[in-house]
Amino acid sequence: MLIFELSQQSRQAFSQIPTQKIILSDIPEHFLRKNRPNLPEVSELQVVRHYTRLSQKNFSIDTHFYPLGSCTMKYNPRGVHRLASLPGFINRHPLSPAEHSQGYLSCVFEFQEILKEVTGMQAVSLTPMAGAQGEFAGVAMIRAYHQARGDAGRTEILVPDAAHGTNPASAVMCGYKVREIPTDAEGDVDLIALKAAVGPQTAGIMLTNPSTLGVFERHIEEIAHIIHQAGGLLYYDGANLNAILGKVRPGDMGFDVMHINLHKTFATPHGGGGPGAGPVAANPRLAPFLPVPMVVYEKGCYRWLTKKDCPQSIGRLSTFMGNAGIIMRAYIYARLLGCEGLLRVAEYATLNANYLLAQLRKIGYKPAFAKRLATHEFILTLNQLAKQFNITAMDVAKRLLDYGFHAPTTYFPLLVPECLLIEPTETESKEALDAFVNAMQAIWQEAQTEGDKVRGAPYSLPVRRLDDVKAVRELDIVWQSKDS
Amino acid sequence: MSNIPSELKYTSSHEWARLEEDGSVTIGITDHAQGLLGDVVFIELPEVDTEIEAGAEAGVVESVKAASDIYVPLSGTIIAVNENLMEKPEIVNSDPYGEGWMFCIQPLDEEDLNELMDADDYAEQVASEEH
Repeated sequence: MLIFELSQQSRQAFSQIPTQKIILSDIPEHFLRKNRPNLPEVSELQVVRHYTRLSQKNFSIDTHFYPLGSCTMKYNPRGVHRLASLPGFINRHPLSPAEHSQGYLSCVFEFQEILKEVTGMQAVSLTPMAGAQGEFAGVAMIRAYHQARGDAGRTEILVPDAAHGTNPASAVMCGYKVREIPTDAEGDVDLIALKAAVGPQTAGIMLTNPSTLGVFERHIEEIAHIIHQAGGLLYYDGANLNAILGKVRPGDMGFDVMHINLHKTFATPHGGGGPGAGPVAANPRLAPFLPVPMVVYEKGCYRWLTKKDCPQSIGRLSTFMGNAGIIMRAYIYARLLGCEGLLRVAEYATLNANYLLAQLRKIGYKPAFAKRLATHEFILTLNQLAKQFNITAMDVAKRLLDYGFHAPTTYFPLLVPECLLIEPTETESKEALDAFVNAMQAIWQEAQTEGDKVRGAPYSLPVRRLDDVKAVRELDIVWQSKDS
Repeated sequence: MSNIPSELKYTSSHEWARLEEDGSVTIGITDHAQGLLGDVVFIELPEVDTEIEAGAEAGVVESVKAASDIYVPLSGTIIAVNENLMEKPEIVNSDPYGEGWMFCIQPLDEEDLNELMDADDYAEQVASEEH
């Protein structure tokens, strides 16, 4: 039920009504609305019940194991939230002069330094408002670099077929043509195809390592050599940085520029539209082009670097300097964990994934890349189940909901048929993983003996199987009252 | 096993091509491709009279799982598109080789068709992808 449908004329929540009449005298008469907006008229208790009920219908990381591959649904520590909510941080106005913001600026500066250390890059800008904007910034920097050298013939960005959809999108937004590079049978970039595609038209390549296939790209040094030989640059999509944090650095692998998804690697809140943060890091070649502002420490003071200090910068990406509260949370998370803790992020993410994979293999589930060690996530292909028992990956995903688990990612990457992409993250206990294995075992049995039960799932949720086709083709999200 | 008619030509990106009596070539996506994509919800097709080169993107098929480009198997001019698919994209799922055709091209060189895969080669590719 929508809150509008609870509405009764003239019902009010008195405690919410402003005690003073607010007069906005500086808004011209013709901009003022004549009619009251059509808002629901409900009591305070109705509002509380309505939203509490909605929140209880949520599947969230605070209530359920959420192994949604490629998304890294890990726990957001409450201690981090508490410290980031200190009055000195949340009451700071973004236009406060730098001399009144030294505490905040020192945190930003230190976080830039931490990210330099974990990426192996020379400089970092925290300003992008999300991972996709970080990607856009990185590709814009590649473009600015080639332009600054008068190298105008580079019109193509190479993207492996397993890449996140945002990679080709970012390249196209920056005016590049995208050329897709196939993956070989073991999940690495097809080097023969890469060599054939590289040339004087190559501006760069966008790679995720470990890749979206849940395996480490073993030829990364050779790829870097091939691209650099041709005068191109390497972009690192930091989506899977959590798998290698403190173990291998993108800068050491030969990447020139990268973004970092703070929600995935540094445990800031995820989903529901963010707010996001996608810091971008660069090696000496691309550092001059980083977006502004950044924070610098000089003569005992912190201050903002602007376009005046960085004339080659691609410019600003947001009004102020990115999502301050999110950057603060990521910084506090890094400080709480320290060097040793950050190392354990990668170790436990990888250990959990490999344990889960080993247990699921015992049941009979088939990994897409059987010979490879999983990184922080892995892909199962349910092709056999589909052929033998007519049970699809989607059926298994929906049945998992009945067992109290959020479904893994389904049908991505598309190049693996009937796939589930599973990412347990480092924050789950062995007990949680074992409970998931038990559910997968039960579904395996059901698939063979009670197929219809799996195909009809879910049964225990507020809604049953949704009609995806109708939802896409007849999208209707505007509420209209029955009287209108 | 998906349906792969022996009289058609195929591409590695899962389009089929059929030479018509008037020398034009009809293009669509294979049964295997529609199976992989799942329920098709939108289709974007090229404009008639567009000149297009082999390998270029001519349109997009969007399903509940993914959006996928349609590539032109051979160079030529688009002479007709299947307007029915705008209203009823699900025909691509139910009849990919018949009513689900996508567009028709007047090829620059009919011989280019011989460059494409025959049904046996395509069946082999599909089998290797499925293993």
